[in-house]
Amino acid sequence: MPTVFFTENLQRHVVCPPGRVTGGTVRDVFDAVFVDNERARGYVLDDRGGVRRHMAVFVDGEPIVDRVALSDRVGVDSEIFIMQALSGG
Amino acid sequence: MSDRFFVATRKGLFRFDRQGAGWAMTNRSFLGDPVYIVFPDKRTGLIYAAITHGHFGTKLHRSGDGGDTWEECGVPTYPELGPGDQEAVNPMSGKKVPWNLELIWSLEGGGVDEPDTLWCGTVPGGLFRSKDRGASWEMIESLWRNPERVRWFGGGLDYPGIHSICVDPRDSRRVLVGVSCGGVWVTQDGGATWKCKADGMRAAYMPPDQAGDPGIQDPHCMVQCPSAPDTMWVQHHNGVFRTVDGAASWQEITTVEPSVFGFAVAVHPDDPDVAWTIPAIKDEVRIPVEGKVVVARTRDGGQSFEVLRNGLPQSDAYDLTFRHALDVDESGERLAFGSTTGSLWTTDDGGDSWATVSVNLPPVYCVRFG
Repeated sequence: MPTVFFTENLQRHVVCPPGRVTGGTVRDVFDAVFVDNERARGYVLDDRGGVRRHMAVFVDGEPIVDRVALSDRVGVDSEIFIMQALSGG
Repeated sequence: MSDRFFVATRKGLFRFDRQGAGWAMTNRSFLGDPVYIVFPDKRTGLIYAAITHGHFGTKLHRSGDGGDTWEECGVPTYPELGPGDQEAVNPMSGKKVPWNLELIWSLEGGGVDEPDTLWCGTVPGGLFRSKDRGASWEMIESLWRNPERVRWFGGGLDYPGIHSICVDPRDSRRVLVGVSCGGVWVTQDGGATWKCKADGMRAAYMPPDQAGDPGIQDPHCMVQCPSAPDTMWVQHHNGVFRTVDGAASWQEITTVEPSVFGFAVAVHPDDPDVAWTIPAIKDEVRIPVEGKVVVARTRDGGQSFEVLRNGLPQSDAYDLTFRHALDVDESGERLAFGSTTGSLWTTDDGGDSWATVSVNLPPVYCVRFG
């Protein structure tokens, strides 16, 4: 199953342990990992469900292309890192 | 007099309590985080703080113990863009206005008869209401989907925003909001219907034939006298305006010294003719005239102004006071204001003399007694 890791900086505001969930796209994985952590969803995604302007998402080391619909493919053993951009501070 | 006030800043929220003849910082919350708005709700004793994180979006917190501890509550959420919805484009930048919460820019309580109700103004141009002390929010879609709303545009920010909310103390269904840039909007029926009420305001930043258009005015800050609610004061981008007929008409006040430009305005709670502004050099310059921090006060409804400077820096001071960074307490004698360069001053005599509380705070966004 894909594994989702959250930036340490987010832990100051909301507890976000790594999550192992099923899903074929970033959207699927996020829906699964946030289902029990709605507060965290709002810290990573905006009102429209896209990635916040100064957040970054990597799948197996590559930044995702589709930051709005989150349609980037995810493999069964993928590692997804939710990071914060250097901008936005 | 109020013996406590809160200061929301670029890097946290600070509480000050009266101790002896001075003020002491007695609490520090959200250190490092941008706190744009603090609202001490005198109806319930709850304190609300709106934070806009650089990375994680806008959050709202509330405290039931004066700011010692906080819990996160709900935030306003914009509706889905429907097929019949018209998207607004900022005419100054050409950017589409997003349907997405960017900033909580104003937070006020409903009437005393509705202690659980809060009103929230946002960027871009949203008005929301909570009936459960901030746990959940509903957008006032009658205003958001008003055809005139797409004409609003940003002033200092990229997108338009609602920064001032005045709930009529005689009738909680009558609410007035100030929009930069979109004029003043009034509902008489709790938000079901709205009318723009900015007749008399003047926009020098528009072509001459549009200068008097009510729907593109830039009121920087709007306040209402609690004891005489038909009198309201606006510090506008192009000067100071006052209404004495509940926003049916606005009169330009040209007597403010040393300048009519500024962001903040306060009105005496018991005397609608007494008001304060903090003048600066107009438009993009935004520094005090001659590097001297002063407060302008009228006691005669704007016919004349005194320039108050006793205790304020009078040389090479480049402090600007943002629109929410001035407040007056229920006595009308105690005021506090903060600046972009982290200075904070108070007065106990209506502004005749000022005392410096700090010169080392982060940039100050909002000051509120409570």
